[in-house]
Amino acid sequence: MIELQHTGAGRSGGLADKMAGFIFKAMALGVALLFLWLLTDLVRHGLGSISVAFLTEAPRNAGREGGIGPIIVSTLSILGVCLATVLPLGMGTAVFLGEFAPPGHGFGTLVRRSLDVLAGVPSIVFGLFGNAFFCVYLGLGFSILSGGLTLACMVLPIFIRSCEEGLRAVPSSMRHAAAALGMSRFTTLTHILLPAALPGLAVGLVLGIGRALAETAALIFSSGYVDRMPQSIHDSGRSLSIHIYELSMNVAGGDGAAYGSALVLISMLLVINGLASHIAGKWLGKHQMGELG
Amino acid sequence: MNLDRNPSFTAGPMLSGPPCCTPHPHIVVKNLSVRYGSVSVIDDLSLTFNKGCLTTLIGPSGCGKTSFLSTLNRMTDLIPGCGVGGSICIEGQNIHNPEVDVVSLRRQVGMIFQKPNPFPLSIRRNLLLPLREHGVGKKEGAERMEEVLTQTGLWHEVKDRLNTSALSLSGGQQQRLCIARALALKPEILLLDEPCSALDPIATGVVEDLLLELKGRYTLIVVTHNLAQARRLADHAAFFWVKDGVGHLVEQGSSDQIFQHPEERLTQAYVNGRTG
Repeated sequence: MIELQHTGAGRSGGLADKMAGFIFKAMALGVALLFLWLLTDLVRHGLGSISVAFLTEAPRNAGREGGIGPIIVSTLSILGVCLATVLPLGMGTAVFLGEFAPPGHGFGTLVRRSLDVLAGVPSIVFGLFGNAFFCVYLGLGFSILSGGLTLACMVLPIFIRSCEEGLRAVPSSMRHAAAALGMSRFTTLTHILLPAALPGLAVGLVLGIGRALAETAALIFSSGYVDRMPQSIHDSGRSLSIHIYELSMNVAGGDGAAYGSALVLISMLLVINGLASHIAGKWLGKHQMGELG
Repeated sequence: MNLDRNPSFTAGPMLSGPPCCTPHPHIVVKNLSVRYGSVSVIDDLSLTFNKGCLTTLIGPSGCGKTSFLSTLNRMTDLIPGCGVGGSICIEGQNIHNPEVDVVSLRRQVGMIFQKPNPFPLSIRRNLLLPLREHGVGKKEGAERMEEVLTQTGLWHEVKDRLNTSALSLSGGQQQRLCIARALALKPEILLLDEPCSALDPIATGVVEDLLLELKGRYTLIVVTHNLAQARRLADHAAFFWVKDGVGHLVEQGSSDQIFQHPEERLTQAYVNGRTG
């Protein structure tokens, strides 16, 4: 055996490494603490207002009393409309960009540039566009449908780029193997490439849902303020984020309900994220890793 | 530890066919040229492969062996800007004729790559998915799966875990699975691009044994950098060389001729390790 000798240089390197390790750890701890602090604050102020009644009843007295039942329903409906639009449209575009438009492809480059610009557009601009296009021009009015479609415009760029990266990460040897077996591009895509790209798809979905649930500005102009229980997607509906904004900015004495709503919103986000990664992980575990022996 | 006395390598029954190395031309390549954009990589190459024989393509890196192999099942179609000139006839049919269906061509001419590339699916799905694509029913698919896994010596190793991921297999097993996957489509020709270069010596030995078993039933074309392997396996050999950046054929003949009594001095120098 060769003994590794500790030289002076090695020791000072060790010290520098330790220092660097400590500093990076402290930074990471700071970030984690920030999140914990936020969560503790929310739980401390909001937990008191959470009850079955709060989750199911309609708001009364401008939201100071009652619950957030209709608001949860509106939020989930807006999210549903958004995802129903984003999933097919986004996957289709991602497949085009990832599989049919190699780097340097003229139209593909145009689409990618447009998406990058769209991803950076402030949400208030999406709100104004959604209002002008969906509410006024298409005559959908202030409605859950308008709100969901406006959110879809916002979420699409993130979702598409994330899916595209996922597809590009699948080794090209898979495509060659499939082609050499005389398999069609469609089968290759649906049975091999998309399943293998699932982690990228899940990340895109989680980011998209996060952005959609958090959105306030774009929805004020498109889905509206109404806090009644929506009867259809053509009704106006108030999302949780708008409700929180309304309670904390415009309703004196609404802080308790605002904290409660914020806690519900964060919990929804955590549950949806957890679910998405759990499903993706389980799917991957079943189809890729397999069990050894 | 598996104390099963059954040999792990169990080749299937030999199918009837012309005995190995009757001079029956299966693939006839005439004046082939390949270019990527404006860069020529193969020029004026003419070569014949006999039915049921194993022919190795040898030569230094960059002499166009892999490009040549890819023209035989038109994988070159997938490379943007790749142009192929000359003619390639399989059983008298020019594969570049407009009426030739590239899907059935690739079914007839299987290809094995340098690095094993099983799909990230179960062992069973790896074999059944391409079969389903070619319209083979479930029952026949299951029969063919057992047949090709037996032929490649994998059946004893994987029969109890067909539903586990193909990626959990070792490198050598993965490569044999890829060969089984190609065989399941009942091809007549198998193209193998350095099939053992990513494998350890033991796995290489198993794959070599498998190739020897497949000789006679399939026309095999094997690209290899391993001259000892080429000597062990081949009935015929073709020696490629690169001149002015363009690959061309120096000499083709029986394995004996190329490795023992080459006509060209360049071939002699290469097979004796004095150049390349």
